[in-house]
Amino acid sequence: MKRRDFIRASGTGAVLPAVINGFSLKAFGEDSPLNTLLASATETDHVLVIVQLSGGNDGLNMILPKDNYSGYYNARTNIAIPEAKILALNKFDNTGLNPAMKGMQTLFNDGKLGIVQAVGYPQPNFSHFRATDIWMSAADSTQVLTSGWGGRYLNYEYPNFPNGYPTSSMPDPLGIQIGSITSLTFQGPAVNMGMSISNPTSFYNLLNGVEDPAPNTPAGKELKYLRLVSKQTQQYATVVKNAAANVPVQGTYPANNSLGDQLKIVARLVKGGLKTRLYMVSFGGFDTHSLQVNPADTTIGAHANLLKNISDALKAFQDDLKNLGVEERVVGMTFSEFGRRIKSNSSGGTDHGAAAPMILFGKNVTNAVWGNSPALPVNATVNDNIPMQYDFRSVYASLLENWLCVKNSDLQTIMLKNFQNIPFVNSASCKNVAPNTGGINLITNSPNPFTSSTTITFKTEGGHTLIQIMDTLGRVLSTPVDKDYTQPGTYSINFNSGVLPSGLYYARLQNGTIQQVRTMMKVR
Amino acid sequence: MDRRAFLQTRKKKISSPDVSSFKVSRTTSGLTPYAGTFGTNEIIHLLKRTMFGAVKADVDYFKTKTLSQAVNELLTVPSTPAPPVKNYANSVTAGDPDQAIASGSTWVNTNTTDGGVDSQRVSSFKSWWTGLMINQNRSILEKLVLFWHNHFSTETNNIGRAIWSYQNNEILRKNAVGNFKQFVKDITLDTGMLRYLNGYLNTNTAPDENYGREMQELFTVGKGIDNGSPPYSESDVKAAAKVLTGWTINNATNVSFFTFAKHDITNKQFSSFYNNTIITGRSGAAGANELDDLITMIFATNETAMFLCRKIYRWFVYYDIDATTEANVITPLAQIFRSNNYEIKPVLDALLKSEHFFDVLNQGCQIKSPVDANISLCREFGVAFPLASDYINAYYMWDYIRTQSSNMQQNIGDPPNVAGWAPYYQAPQFYEIWINSDTLPKRNQFSDTMANSGFTRNGKNIKIDFIVFAKTMSNPGDPNELINDSINYLFRLPLSLASKNQLKTDILLSGQTQDHYWTDAWLAYIANPNDVTNATIVKNRLRDLYQYFMRLAEYQLA
Repeated sequence: MKRRDFIRASGTGAVLPAVINGFSLKAFGEDSPLNTLLASATETDHVLVIVQLSGGNDGLNMILPKDNYSGYYNARTNIAIPEAKILALNKFDNTGLNPAMKGMQTLFNDGKLGIVQAVGYPQPNFSHFRATDIWMSAADSTQVLTSGWGGRYLNYEYPNFPNGYPTSSMPDPLGIQIGSITSLTFQGPAVNMGMSISNPTSFYNLLNGVEDPAPNTPAGKELKYLRLVSKQTQQYATVVKNAAANVPVQGTYPANNSLGDQLKIVARLVKGGLKTRLYMVSFGGFDTHSLQVNPADTTIGAHANLLKNISDALKAFQDDLKNLGVEERVVGMTFSEFGRRIKSNSSGGTDHGAAAPMILFGKNVTNAVWGNSPALPVNATVNDNIPMQYDFRSVYASLLENWLCVKNSDLQTIMLKNFQNIPFVNSASCKNVAPNTGGINLITNSPNPFTSSTTITFKTEGGHTLIQIMDTLGRVLSTPVDKDYTQPGTYSINFNSGVLPSGLYYARLQNGTIQQVRTMMKVR
Repeated sequence: MDRRAFLQTRKKKISSPDVSSFKVSRTTSGLTPYAGTFGTNEIIHLLKRTMFGAVKADVDYFKTKTLSQAVNELLTVPSTPAPPVKNYANSVTAGDPDQAIASGSTWVNTNTTDGGVDSQRVSSFKSWWTGLMINQNRSILEKLVLFWHNHFSTETNNIGRAIWSYQNNEILRKNAVGNFKQFVKDITLDTGMLRYLNGYLNTNTAPDENYGREMQELFTVGKGIDNGSPPYSESDVKAAAKVLTGWTINNATNVSFFTFAKHDITNKQFSSFYNNTIITGRSGAAGANELDDLITMIFATNETAMFLCRKIYRWFVYYDIDATTEANVITPLAQIFRSNNYEIKPVLDALLKSEHFFDVLNQGCQIKSPVDANISLCREFGVAFPLASDYINAYYMWDYIRTQSSNMQQNIGDPPNVAGWAPYYQAPQFYEIWINSDTLPKRNQFSDTMANSGFTRNGKNIKIDFIVFAKTMSNPGDPNELINDSINYLFRLPLSLASKNQLKTDILLSGQTQDHYWTDAWLAYIANPNDVTNATIVKNRLRDLYQYFMRLAEYQLA
């Protein structure tokens, strides 16, 4: 296809670069032969796909309580799905699906779907932004965390990123986000651990070498030059392109379905050989304050369309993974910043609420409905919310331990607290093996965990060198090193934690333009 | 540290693409005074070229002025700044006079016998200079000082005495918008330059031709439009060297002086390019006056004015000088230079008020130099530095910014050689030389760092506070206006509506479709700025937005 035709066919005028690194990698130097001698991260070929449904999905119209239909109907008569239209689930008679979700019904009945009822957290927040940050950072309602749970996991597996990356054992992006430019999920304690592909169009532009137009002016000439160099320095763009090239044929995905478009790219990159563990895709429009159903037929309308898109996309994705032979390796989950109110409003919609179901998908998920149908008051008022049954962080922790094979003893360094482990997925293939290191260690501490004091060892290039001890909220607690070193070398200091409570701390090294963060655990 | 970092950089494989096939249109506009709109766009263009970045407050200030008033004001330079101060520890060398200097007082009037102290003085000098750029007034001065430093290039490494490097810088400042003939005379007798190009060793018994050559080749006459063969001859180099014999430096008092015993008193014969001029040899103290004759002779040619105007053009407009530009801009500009007896101000005045300067085709086509990129980032985002009175910490931070530019291949005080930085003379790439697979990621890395943790030293931190920047925009609560406004100030090229919408939805709205969610978040923060949760919501989104902007190729253009 000619370039101009392609632009016309793709139908958008986006000029954003196709691929944006979470951090500018190239500056950190080439792969050193030393890196190949270092052990790699925990061995697993498992992939976790995170599907964000932004806007606050109305879970109660998605997963329907067949065992309490009258309670459901009374609370939201104007938008209730007729009982007869509810899609049934094998062996789980209490629960059914919105009639728009035929694909997901098939997946469930084929054993490839799990449903977790009423997931939330204590003292729910009703602001989109704050609630999204809570879900992405895995924070308590009252806690402001500056890193994301995915970023902390990747920092645990690849603690030295980005120093020395890409390495021969991890040549690929640690995490890939598609369909959005940025998110807190992949933010690590110091740097963002992920790479983003801003939208599917830009992904195919990358594969096809399509360039955004630059004006035929001196400024346009210099812009072209800058873009060219920029492209050459995007190392991950090349590996992504090569992985995509390994998979010329894929299954059929639904048309005009942006979630499907994004998942199609995920399947291609997984099959194409990327060692990337985490993928995140986004699908928006769930903020259904009004007219979420067609008043004449509540089984169709805006929310039903969204659900149909999810259902069709997940079905196509699962089928594609199976045909590509990588079905065993992939598990996914959906989340939304909150559910919606039990009682519908008079404009045919629902307002911001609390707990909501999460969907787990993949051949290795436990085929079950976890928990009971939401408890609904007899006469629901406008303030009534679905009480939580599962903490969302319990779902994250279980997936990390049972699917990504994080050692139970290390889970707390990622999740910051202990959460209930629930067998949402088949954990048989998790064999904890090698320790997790990789890249170039610039700062370490021993012992770790420690009780009162620990020795911090760090490498400096010389010149000004800084070490700060920070807590998980990003507050600087002390600065044990802030001086000039005339000689490059490896130095040690003793860190006495004094009265600090037990918990997780970060030691941040800053030397010239380099920074690295070490996770330290204080225990009783 | 600098030198090692530089060498390491050199060892790395550095690539830059071949884009010699790109062909673009230039313009035919000339020096006719620009009579079009002088609005936000034009003011930003003017400021990005004449200062380090266009700060919103400066743009607002100039909105009340006409173009003529604005340029006049920019060409009015502030008085001499206070000199650099002692920000380093006392020497351990017994009897070093530096020990008598109080910390925080200037070292520029006191010699040191300790090499370690002198190299700390060089750092102090460079930090001080960086601080002057960051804290510049609404004036062209700092951009010009860097221009003249690139023109009359010297290296602290070779000069070997911080006081002389400082004196050299003083001369650049004093003459920045003054008379170029006087400037050449001052720089010829400058301690730093005498040392750098060996003028201090140039004597009648053993003439050293180094300065005599560069004075003509790089400082005045130049090598012609194509940097090809120079119009003057080798014998002119020898003759000029003889004229300059006898000038040297008093190491104790740090002044240059003339020793007639070391001066060549023979007549100096120049070539036909100089109209076969003979400079009559003089004995005794009168020998010093031969320098005036030399300057008079050099400035009688057309070439010096042409050469200087081309260099000014490449600094302030664009590097490509085609035949049309040579005829419509350079030639008349050189005419102005000569008819004003080589006063610099009228040249800048004509250029900066011209149709050509404001021609759309000449906007946004400069790739920022590393110094421009880094200082502009600090200035445009209003990064708060320690006060100059807190000199220890202020110098630390200025040193950090200076080192970033150095790592990106522009180390002020130490250009690569006497020709200055290649991007201002090396065809065909010119500015593009700044950008390669090593330096572009470093630029992104620096902006990432300033957007996130910033730089911390001695308990002080510098980083970008995006809320401060967003508050200067006209309506930060409206996500569309915030993005449009920010793009206007940070970029010289537009972004498509599709891109802007995606940035808005993905970042400011966190995937929501309705604009009011950003507005609500912003207003909630404004109403209660001490609430950590509200502040974090707004700060994280602004950080992601501007970090993204600064990674786009467009951000490197001025």
